[in-house]
Amino acid sequence: MNLTTPSHAVRAADTSRVDLLLIAEMVSANARVLDIGCGDGTLLRLLAEKRGVDGRGIELSQAGVNSCVAQGLAVIQGDADTDLVYYPDLAFDFAILSQTIQATYSPRHVLEQLLRIGKRAVVSFPNFGHWRVRTQLLFGGKMPKTDNLPDRWYDTPNIHLCTIKDFLDLCSDVGAKVERTVALNASGSKLGLSMPLFAQNLFGEQAVFLLSR
Amino acid sequence: MSETPTAQAFIDHSLRLAQIANPESAIVHFNDPLPLDCGAELSPFSTAYKTYGTLNAEKSNLVLVCHALTGDQHVANLHPVTGKPGWWETMVGPGKPIDTDRYFVLCPNVIGGCMGSTGPSSLNPATGIPYGPDFPVITVRDMVRAQARLLDHLGIPDVLCVLGGSMGGMQVLEWAATYKDRVFSAVPIACAARHSSQNIAFHEVGRQAVMADPEWCQGRYLEEGKSPRKGLAVARMAAHITYLSDAALHQKFGRNLQDREKVAFGFDADFQVESYLRYQGVSFVDRFDANSYLYITRAMDYFDIAADHGGVLANAFAGTRTRFCLVSFTSDWLFPTEESREIVHALNAVAAKVSFVEIKSDKGHDAFLLHEPELFDTIRGFLSAAARKRGIL
Repeated sequence: MNLTTPSHAVRAADTSRVDLLLIAEMVSANARVLDIGCGDGTLLRLLAEKRGVDGRGIELSQAGVNSCVAQGLAVIQGDADTDLVYYPDLAFDFAILSQTIQATYSPRHVLEQLLRIGKRAVVSFPNFGHWRVRTQLLFGGKMPKTDNLPDRWYDTPNIHLCTIKDFLDLCSDVGAKVERTVALNASGSKLGLSMPLFAQNLFGEQAVFLLSR
Repeated sequence: MSETPTAQAFIDHSLRLAQIANPESAIVHFNDPLPLDCGAELSPFSTAYKTYGTLNAEKSNLVLVCHALTGDQHVANLHPVTGKPGWWETMVGPGKPIDTDRYFVLCPNVIGGCMGSTGPSSLNPATGIPYGPDFPVITVRDMVRAQARLLDHLGIPDVLCVLGGSMGGMQVLEWAATYKDRVFSAVPIACAARHSSQNIAFHEVGRQAVMADPEWCQGRYLEEGKSPRKGLAVARMAAHITYLSDAALHQKFGRNLQDREKVAFGFDADFQVESYLRYQGVSFVDRFDANSYLYITRAMDYFDIAADHGGVLANAFAGTRTRFCLVSFTSDWLFPTEESREIVHALNAVAAKVSFVEIKSDKGHDAFLLHEPELFDTIRGFLSAAARKRGIL
């Protein structure tokens, strides 16, 4: 993983924070939660306030960790790629990876770990299949930059971008059961559940998945 | 280093010796023996301690501060021997991160120490002369066991938070492992779950320096009216280097010369760093007992929590409900970050509630005693959250 915090970059660009509210909706009340790549603790605070969860966090950037701990959140400095192995099986009700998987070195390994340590996993990421991304590359001939992906190709922490379809392939590869998929459009509204997959992949700027083994 | 003790040193010496039997702090004498890990027991034994702030009616706001190798109970008041501010005055006090307006702060002198708690310079009741080398070898767990007895005596069931750096951090870990139900939260700072080979090696150099001083008298210097000042000063000089960092020494002294324009082609303190170390050595012997230094370094050497729990560190913390916050410093090469991380992984393995902060500092191991705003913020935040969780406003 890179030195910059992907969750910071992405969350800062995300004005509506709808993905966080959506995740909070998926997490049951009073659950034990691990937020991997918890940034400055925004989601953990939200989950504690809205759902009364027993939350822990892992964050790569020291500044993020220090700010979380100073707020009284239980957060450790660590790396999603290397540190999840230290948690026992099913240690948490929910293992959350919010806007972080695309910045991991080994997304498949991370996803497997997520499904091992959490009874359920929640994963959100920026959808690289969005039409704006596609058209920028097709007509501009340059690496796309959007509100969700604001960095230039050479300074982005996002080294493993994927589309909604790509992610579904990975889920099926690792044997993850997809319990819920929500795609959000640019304004942060949920796309209709009845919308076919190709349309979600085209119009969803971000996606949130609820997974289980 | 001065060859002959000065008049001031004699005054300090008698001031220091006075602390052994009559410390300028509270003291409790226990008649029930204290069983020790070595198989012997200490009976009777005493624990000297300082408190700051007020215990609340629910007895739920106790913050236990554990001191390091050469520390003592004088956390936040002028030291009775040196006259200097307490060793954690920046951390403990009204409105400070460990806020004595909110918490009742207790710091006991460890057994084996020389500031009032029973140690090798205390009188051996069997002989009427100081224990000296007859004092039993103690462990960190023995120190903590004595502290638990102090809490029993004070009628305080459990601690809101136990904190400490270095050997103090070892005591914190031992508290969390041995008295799981009595520790609501724990902050081990700049420490490790076991003393490393390199650290044992440094301690051995220090002990050999003390024991090589003819005034050590096989440990019976108090009876002989002597004091192994030179040996202890050398031990302190060597140890002091390990508390700093290359960068810190370089910034502070570089290759600057002491009160001279060029090197003197001799073995006087040409360099400022030499002069500084000599001062550290000499001032240390004015306030510390040589045998205490031997015994307490030994206790640290023996510290290995995993070994006490079947070789698996996580076992030490199985079932813990304590909230942990570990802190390390980037330039600490005595207790490097990796050692703290190992504890974090063990705590993760038992799904403990754990925070871990590595603070960027070039001040080395000593950073935990110095002005480190991030350390202050971390402790203030963590402690407040623990207090809120416990219903203390």
